[in-house]
Amino acid sequence: MKPPAFEYVRPATLDEAVTLLADSSRENKVLAGGQSLIPLLNFRLAFPQRLVDIKGIASLSSLRREGNALVIGATTPTREVELSSTVKQALPILSEATRWVGHVQIRNRGTVGGSIAHADPSAEIPALCVLLGAEFLVRSPRGSRTAAAEDFFHGFLSTDLQPDEVLEAVRFPIPVAGSRWGFREFALRRGDFALAGAGCVLEVSGGAVTDARAVVFGASDVPIRASDAESALQGQRLTKETIAQAAARAGTRLQATAAGDADRAYRAEVAEVMLRRALEDALDHGETPAGAA
Amino acid sequence: MTNSTPAAVDVRCRVNGVDTTLSVEPRTLLSDALRHDLGLTGTHVGCEHGVCGACTVLLDGKSVRSCLMFAVEAQGAEISTVESLAPEGQPLSPLQKAFHEQHGLQCGFCTPGILMSLTALIREHPDAPDDEIALTLDGHLCRCTGYKNIVKAARAAMRA
Amino acid sequence: MSPHPNPPPQAGEGEPSRGRHVGHSIGRVEDERLLRGNGRYVDDIDLPRQLHAAFVRSQQANARIKAINIERARSAPGVALVLTGHDLGHLNKPLPLLGPNPALTHPKTQRPLATERVHYVGQTIACVVAETRYLAEDAASLVEVEYETLPAVVDLGTAGQVSQRVHDDVPGNVAGAIHDAIGDVDAAFKEAAYTEKLRLSIERSTASPIEPRGVLADWDRKLRRLQVWDSTQAPVAIKHGLAKMLALSQEQVDVTAPDVGGGFGTKIMLFYPEELVIPFAAKQLGRPVKWSEDRWEHFVSANQERGQIHDAEVAFDREGRILGVRTSFLHDTGAFIPYGIAVPANTSTHVIGQYRIKNYDVRATILYTNKPPVSPYRGAGRPHAVFVMERLICAVARRLGMEPHEVRRRNLIPTNEFPYDTGLHIDAPVRYDSGDYVKGFELALKHLDPAGFRKQQEKARKEGRYLGMGMGTYVEATGPAPYESCRAKVEESGRVIFDVAVASQGQGHQTTLAQIAADALGVEFDHVVVREGDASRVEDGIGTFGSRSLLLAGNAVAAAAGELKTQIAAYAAELFECAPGDIVIQRGRVHVAGNPARDVSLRDLAMMANPIGYPGERDGMVVGPAYGDALKRAKERPAAAPMFEARGYFGAGQQLYGSGVHAATVEVDPETGRVRMLKYIVVHDCGVIINPAIVEGQILGGVAQGIGGALLERLTWDESGQPQTTSFMDFRLPTVDDIPEVVLDHVETPSPLNPLGVKGTGEAGIIPASAVVAEAVEDALSPFGVHVSAMPLFPSDVKRLIREAG
Repeated sequence: MKPPAFEYVRPATLDEAVTLLADSSRENKVLAGGQSLIPLLNFRLAFPQRLVDIKGIASLSSLRREGNALVIGATTPTREVELSSTVKQALPILSEATRWVGHVQIRNRGTVGGSIAHADPSAEIPALCVLLGAEFLVRSPRGSRTAAAEDFFHGFLSTDLQPDEVLEAVRFPIPVAGSRWGFREFALRRGDFALAGAGCVLEVSGGAVTDARAVVFGASDVPIRASDAESALQGQRLTKETIAQAAARAGTRLQATAAGDADRAYRAEVAEVMLRRALEDALDHGETPAGAA
Repeated sequence: MTNSTPAAVDVRCRVNGVDTTLSVEPRTLLSDALRHDLGLTGTHVGCEHGVCGACTVLLDGKSVRSCLMFAVEAQGAEISTVESLAPEGQPLSPLQKAFHEQHGLQCGFCTPGILMSLTALIREHPDAPDDEIALTLDGHLCRCTGYKNIVKAARAAMRA
Repeated sequence: MSPHPNPPPQAGEGEPSRGRHVGHSIGRVEDERLLRGNGRYVDDIDLPRQLHAAFVRSQQANARIKAINIERARSAPGVALVLTGHDLGHLNKPLPLLGPNPALTHPKTQRPLATERVHYVGQTIACVVAETRYLAEDAASLVEVEYETLPAVVDLGTAGQVSQRVHDDVPGNVAGAIHDAIGDVDAAFKEAAYTEKLRLSIERSTASPIEPRGVLADWDRKLRRLQVWDSTQAPVAIKHGLAKMLALSQEQVDVTAPDVGGGFGTKIMLFYPEELVIPFAAKQLGRPVKWSEDRWEHFVSANQERGQIHDAEVAFDREGRILGVRTSFLHDTGAFIPYGIAVPANTSTHVIGQYRIKNYDVRATILYTNKPPVSPYRGAGRPHAVFVMERLICAVARRLGMEPHEVRRRNLIPTNEFPYDTGLHIDAPVRYDSGDYVKGFELALKHLDPAGFRKQQEKARKEGRYLGMGMGTYVEATGPAPYESCRAKVEESGRVIFDVAVASQGQGHQTTLAQIAADALGVEFDHVVVREGDASRVEDGIGTFGSRSLLLAGNAVAAAAGELKTQIAAYAAELFECAPGDIVIQRGRVHVAGNPARDVSLRDLAMMANPIGYPGERDGMVVGPAYGDALKRAKERPAAAPMFEARGYFGAGQQLYGSGVHAATVEVDPETGRVRMLKYIVVHDCGVIINPAIVEGQILGGVAQGIGGALLERLTWDESGQPQTTSFMDFRLPTVDDIPEVVLDHVETPSPLNPLGVKGTGEAGIIPASAVVAEAVEDALSPFGVHVSAMPLFPSDVKRLIREAG
């Protein structure tokens, strides 16, 4: 289990990086934290000819609040997001979700951008991006563009990113103050890839839900908004019953994929349970971190 | 399928407090460079895909898998391995001593990685509650001890 | 159970099972080196001019090899050698079969490198040796193997019926069959008030030591000697076997098992292909060659275990007394059967366990499948046996509306029936040497408190929570024949060296054997040095497996210490002019009984005994003759051994039976199927305990491995025989989160069949775990009417059971 040979470059600027990536004489691959890429290399499941290490680009490691958004640079370690008081305050659900990413030792090295670009369907950060309607800042030799999270994930390990593009940062809109939230995931062991997970952010005003966002991840090849559940909750009072009904509506529509011992029906069922429990967390104690599945 | 092998590159870093220059092929895993170039064989390799945790070292004070890092990525970094915990002639660290007293190791293969993760935890959080200890240890596989005595050792070291 | 570095003076002396050292949780002498990172495992050893090997392994489960093209690999950068089976010449014949047995009608073992046919994904086809492991892997990927694919035999349940074959000349894929019986089972079933029948299965699993396998070999062309470092549990057996296969004298081959990072049975294979190919390559090249198995290789090529399907029946009366048990089972041995019938034979002899069952019939059909070979993994056939028996107990309980523990209580072997002869006989009689099963059982029940738990369970159910409890009893045959040996010597430093042929993979022999030696000889613990794992020091014995090292090597150490004592007493008697029987050895000093003031240290005695006084510091000569006298003595009695040196051997003549009772409580989430362990209880009996902390460590480790086996670990293949679990992401070992509070308690019935009174305990922790968890989950989900008949139980399996029951 030794990686195949490759060239290694460590550009100091984003311009340099995208120029290197645009050189199509070689098969290039961006290296950020490497926590997903290096296992693939060690198993010899990938054979890039050149790794472009973007950790030398200082501007990519950043975390700041910009008005009603939280902007996180691509090479910011997951652990930094988890521990950040800015994140805890502005976006506690992101703080909670990052606690479920692998293990501490992986989060110390793994990056926010790496998780997004790798696009594992079980990954928590892409799910949060879809849930919150995040925007991605993408750079290429052609310039900068933004991409909406909802359209970004195409399938298993597949995204909207072109070979010469680098994900620069992710911009999370911050939900209105007092929004309720919940996050749950189910894996055989803590730190394993989720069999299914769910998150939600609910704005509640005058006892009724005025805006509902929910996401289900892990159960299918991309994280998906649980729009059936969202619309079912719209305008409703949050009760165990309305939550159960909303989750059930989402569950019946869920197109789950089988994985290992978990068949499609089982995954769909667990996804529905996770969604219901995430919504219940929002009901009970939305403003404190949710418990484990 | 093989790609051509690029020449070795120099990596300057600080390992266990000593300025070191490694000359490695870009694909050399940090775990291999530590073990076979520097002879620091206390860092063990159990899976090479980041799950078992035996190869855990501290990179700029943070616990990371040395099998999920290329040595070239350590340019300018400060690395600590298990050999740094009690240099020759020095007594065992309180954590190491606790492992001995609580029978927290059997075959000893997973132990160095666990010691490094717990060392980082104790530095950051000297009185970490049990669930934080568990969150640190769940990134390590031990097949001998059943973990109970490892947890006891971690708690004892926190009290020490 | 906090161990202390030194035993409290006099503590426990006088009690039969406690000495100054024996019976105390002395901290391990192994620890300091390992904790400092100064362990030395095979891959830690780098020799000058060393090369690295990688293997080309079959990508097909069942195929004929049409061609192997190594040309591109041979010319790849850094490559020194590419070997195929043809290059091995006469060495490429089937590897040894351990324990041939008439029951094994069609034994098959693999060749070091496959040339014409492959039988499982992962089987060795070629070996590439290059300057680095990276380059060796690069070149290995250039070896082209052309296959003619054959349909694979994967499913154990149908392996005996399908037309495709794992080996062309093995009809029905049947390697062999076992039958044994006691009493009159047919009559028992005819007369019984009730019978129950269950189909039960345990799927394939693997030990997964965290250190994979590894071999480093160095052939010295000038001295014509082979030195091998092997991550094995049996360096001595590897040495003898290698010498035979390579046509060398045993004196030319040294095999060392340095620190070994866990074994659990996986590392006692005689031989794995790599253990022969790497020394061969080193010999051919005249350069050291190292192969360090990676995790993927471990999953596809290291031996595995579990994998049985039982059709089991029980006959019983209205009071729940078991009148007869029958089981007919299929055993998956994988593509080869290097270990003979060891695993299914263990299953067959361990089913009746602690129960007084006088009519029992067992049949095993051993089947080949296109999967890695099977050899013992901690428990070695016993977890399957206990799972079967305890599932039958639960079936009896259900039928009679009784608590399972009540059924157990009514069937336990009474304490006054020991030694208890089961009447079974596979290789040797199955005779329980000692035990008090009733005491252990009642103790476990006390810890479990079934009545209290039932109330708690009732209350929880009202809150929509599902709690359950389970229990399991077992016996464990420990200390397989024939013997182990020890070579002991008093150094002039005063240290006493004990060399043993066994090897440690974490069991702490250097501590426990030293405790035995220190007490047996009368010296301080820190003056004893136990060396193991080096076949050049002691050549007689086998190694560590079957919970045998402490039992057999421990008694061999005690025997060697006893012989040393005789020699010391004889010499000291001359010195003190008294009878040897009056000599007392205590804490490393020797004196005449009743006159402790006139004494001599063992160190000085050792120096005196040897007429050669080596240059260096000579001090501490407080008493006794001058060196001249020693010289004179040597002249007078030239044949007398000039030093204290002894051999000790021990074989018990039969296996000794440890036993225990486990119980657990669980909570099941019926929405997700997750099973959470709440509490695990162990009461066990391994006879006299040498070091409580180490025994408890063995048990705790076994319990965790058992919980993993019950809830997390399962090896799978697709229908073409491609393995689906080849990483630690797919094959999930338990982590710290998965292990609940464990309550440990002991019963101590010394074995009458060895001087120390000990029994083995290495495998005890794992044996009943699957049975216990199965019962606890079934109990938790009893409102759904769930029956558990297959292990492991993943959350998806639990959900399926609920769905099927509903």
